Amino acid sequence: MKKKIMSTILVASTLVTVLTGCGGQTADGGKVSVSDGGKVLNIACWNEEFKSRVEDHYPGYQIVDATTGTIGDVTVKWNITPNENNAYQNKLDENLLNQASAAADDKIDIFLIEADYALKYVDTEYAVPVSALGITDADLANQYQYTKDVVTDSDGNIKGVSWQGCPGVLIYRRDIAKEVLGSDDPGTVQGYLSDWDKFSETAAKMQAAGYYMMSSANDSYRVYSNNVTSQWVVDGKINIDDNLMAWVEDSKAMVDAGQTNTYDLWSNDWSAGFFEDGKVFCYFGPAWFIDFSMSAGTEGAVATNGGWGAAEGPQGFFWGGTWICAANGTDNSSLVKDIILQMTTNKEIMTDIVVADNDFVNNKPSMEALASGEQKIKDESGKEVEYFSKVLGGQNPLPMFCAGAEKVDLSNQGAYDQGCNEEFQKAMKNYFDGNATLEAALELFYKAVEEKYPGLTH
Amino acid sequence: MANNSGQHLKKGMNIHVRRALAYVILAIISFLCLCWFYILVINATRSHADLQRGFTPIPSNFLAKNMNGVLHGTLPVFYGLMNSLIVSSLSAVLCTYFSSMTAYAIHAYDFRLKKFMFTFILMIMMIPTQVTALGFVQLVDKMGLMDTLIPLIVPAIAAPITFFYMKQYMESALPLAIVESARIDGAGEFKTFNTIVIPMMKPAIAVQAIFTFVSSWNNYFTPALILNSDKRKTLPILIAQLRSADFLKFDMGQVYVMVAFSILPVVVIYLLLSKFIVQGVAMGSVKG
Amino acid sequence: MSGKIKRGKVVSYNKWGYIFLIPFVLVYIVFQLIPLVTTIYNSFFENYRQGLMQVGPNFIGFDNYKTVLTNGDMWVYAQNTFIMWILGFVPQIIVSLLLGAWFSDTRMRLKGTRFFKTVIYLPNLIMASAFSMLFFTLFSDGGPINSILMQTGILDSPYSFLSHAGSARGLVAFMNFIMWFGNTTILLMAGMMGIDTALFEAAEVDGATSTQVFFRITLPLLKPILIYVMITSLIGGLQMFDVPQILTNGTGDPMRSSMTLIMYLNKHLFSKNYGLAGALSVFLFIITAALSMLVYRFSNRKEA
Repeated sequence: MKKKIMSTILVASTLVTVLTGCGGQTADGGKVSVSDGGKVLNIACWNEEFKSRVEDHYPGYQIVDATTGTIGDVTVKWNITPNENNAYQNKLDENLLNQASAAADDKIDIFLIEADYALKYVDTEYAVPVSALGITDADLANQYQYTKDVVTDSDGNIKGVSWQGCPGVLIYRRDIAKEVLGSDDPGTVQGYLSDWDKFSETAAKMQAAGYYMMSSANDSYRVYSNNVTSQWVVDGKINIDDNLMAWVEDSKAMVDAGQTNTYDLWSNDWSAGFFEDGKVFCYFGPAWFIDFSMSAGTEGAVATNGGWGAAEGPQGFFWGGTWICAANGTDNSSLVKDIILQMTTNKEIMTDIVVADNDFVNNKPSMEALASGEQKIKDESGKEVEYFSKVLGGQNPLPMFCAGAEKVDLSNQGAYDQGCNEEFQKAMKNYFDGNATLEAALELFYKAVEEKYPGLTH
Repeated sequence: MANNSGQHLKKGMNIHVRRALAYVILAIISFLCLCWFYILVINATRSHADLQRGFTPIPSNFLAKNMNGVLHGTLPVFYGLMNSLIVSSLSAVLCTYFSSMTAYAIHAYDFRLKKFMFTFILMIMMIPTQVTALGFVQLVDKMGLMDTLIPLIVPAIAAPITFFYMKQYMESALPLAIVESARIDGAGEFKTFNTIVIPMMKPAIAVQAIFTFVSSWNNYFTPALILNSDKRKTLPILIAQLRSADFLKFDMGQVYVMVAFSILPVVVIYLLLSKFIVQGVAMGSVKG
Repeated sequence: MSGKIKRGKVVSYNKWGYIFLIPFVLVYIVFQLIPLVTTIYNSFFENYRQGLMQVGPNFIGFDNYKTVLTNGDMWVYAQNTFIMWILGFVPQIIVSLLLGAWFSDTRMRLKGTRFFKTVIYLPNLIMASAFSMLFFTLFSDGGPINSILMQTGILDSPYSFLSHAGSARGLVAFMNFIMWFGNTTILLMAGMMGIDTALFEAAEVDGATSTQVFFRITLPLLKPILIYVMITSLIGGLQMFDVPQILTNGTGDPMRSSMTLIMYLNKHLFSKNYGLAGALSVFLFIITAALSMLVYRFSNRKEA
């Protein structure tokens, strides 16, 4: 009997050796190869945002069904894998690692990435420098610098292009500002919030009046983490920037004082402040956040009555954004190039997107024209007016966004940001909630990051 | 005498009190079991913004709009439903049929490896799926079966837990004399199994079919590793996709409609076969 | 029916035992044994993905096992798993025994048992993820549970259920209880129905109270099935994953006090750390195999 088991295991394990022998290999030493003539354009993404942009705005795109379309005689295939549980990245990784051996019609041509994990792909040869497609720096001259920084690899090549800019502002309740600060004028309010010391003084005032400064300590995380002076990982060691420790310190003080909470973003508790009966003074968010996400249109929502105002806040930051990358091995390089150029640099299309989708597009002249009022939009009665936001009580937030976009500095972006940012917030929640000492919470953070990225130490 | 009747009276009251208590507790438990379905349905009738405000027990009027959003959205709901049905029902059929066959092999025959096989299957009975997931995906990939439904269906043939249940059931409900008499009548072994054993196993098969169907229907873990093209996705994956929709389309109301929509078929199947479940679980375990 | 004739007949049929086993064995080897062996094989290698860069596989012997054993996390998570299992299992077995006793007690003459028996099973049909989503909403700071507790004056400020180890574990246990007590009830009920009614009648004649009957007759006779229920539930508990994973967003917070073994394994699988995940899997395999052997020995003893 024992012999039998042994022989089965032996057979099985030889099989296994064969199987694992040809696992994933890096593209080190691989060459950039792009070509034309492919019949199928495969686009990998995690939701339908880019798809609907292409469907609505790319000239000549024909919808076949929910996940297919055609451009000329090329079939466009949308490979949508949800982000949940990292499923998108896992799938994309498998596809890219097998890119060389994949059949021509299965090769990924375009894939989308988010800022948090951009460098994971940017610093590999799986993403082609856009210059290899024939896209020049002049083509991208009107785009915001930070959108290029995010996707610039260590050799200085730009590996992706985005159609959006997501600079953020501080969004405050006008009625609370009036009550506590005496005015709801953005300029005056900004005076109370222009740096973190003033921010915390104002937080104390808010608390005295029975309000929470922010809904959650996590609200201000991006503002701190976008303004660090060092990377998360230095020489294979996890490094916690001073500014992040400042976030921990400030947040702990605020949570302990009862000026904010520790809710997860997007949870019901967190979004309770979107409504009139909420007690939250401010949120931090980019353009896309203000409208839809804050429940505009719902009865009882502050947004519906235009009860919010926007101020620059203590520091500039950005939130979100999607970049288009061309995959190494694409067999539709001219088409990829055209899609990138049309969707991110064509001024007409860009303005269409602003008007149709309320997106903040990655085109400085367009946005600045709208910000200054040079370019008008049509209001409900068809009259040409300066751009304004109903949610923000008629305020035009674009000058602030434009200024914010200029200030975003992403030179300290790294390949481990997504995992580190997530785990840092999760671990610190334990400290804020009083379930752990700072040391224990930091230990937990190190442990969690090392589980996620086994090669790192601290 | 008086004493005796007093005791009787006390006992009678006692029963009434106990019965009342039983009804109260059963009512609480039934509430705990059913309220989730109520909440799901309520949430499915509410808009995203409404849901963001927190929970209320009063239905809203967004059901049609949410349903419309799901059906006319770009999610392949119809394919999802079909794929889930195909995977779950084929899994249920294969699992119950072959588990019965395996159990029958151990139950009805005497062979050298019998004891070893039985021990072996019991040993592997509870290995968590996650333990072998890694190798499973690598293997499926090498076999060229990625993005097909096959790796979600075929492995159901080797289901140690179902086998164990079938075997227990056979011991209490399948006398070998019946098999003997079939042999005397000249039936082949395979025919005996199909025409005599399987019909006798019906209650057990019904129970295990429902269990397999439900667990396969609700499975997110394995399909998420294997499937990627829209026409192959199962309902749990579509729900996950809905939950990671972009900011303009993110809509919890639609998520709840999808959840309610995907629970409905299981509930219907369960209610239809619940008679078998209540009886069947009993039969399989009486003689554990 | 003499032994000889039977033997002669059986021998000619015995090959069918093997034939009927073929589908199971074949599918098992392909879809479970090979992956299992791959897993074990992987556990001897340093093999992980750093971004898109593959590290290894480099043979490192038992280093992964050493890491798993020495960093001590495994024991903590094993303890968490056990605590949450016990918290869910104890009420489950009590409620199941009570319901089973009522359903099978002819003196009670309960009406609508068919309805109750059907209903207790229903929670098992809801996807664990959807169920956890509901719980998350209900028990949030602004959720209905907190507002009820505050309106009735039990609390004066909301209690963050998921920020306290006790309540977070309690919620996980409670969800497991709701999802699984129906199953247990039906199993126990079946066992109770199998008890000879003559025993109860005799007890009644002797003037025993219901409580006495339950503890002196029902419970001892139910012991084998109780052990069966306990062991299968324990092994099921070892696999606890979905509920705490989704309820705590994968963190097992506060301070990982609700992190289970499989959640821990999942973390390594997630980062494609096949070496460590493999070693952890082997430990899990040994524990499950040992528990399964217990089941086997238990059922064997009963047959004897």
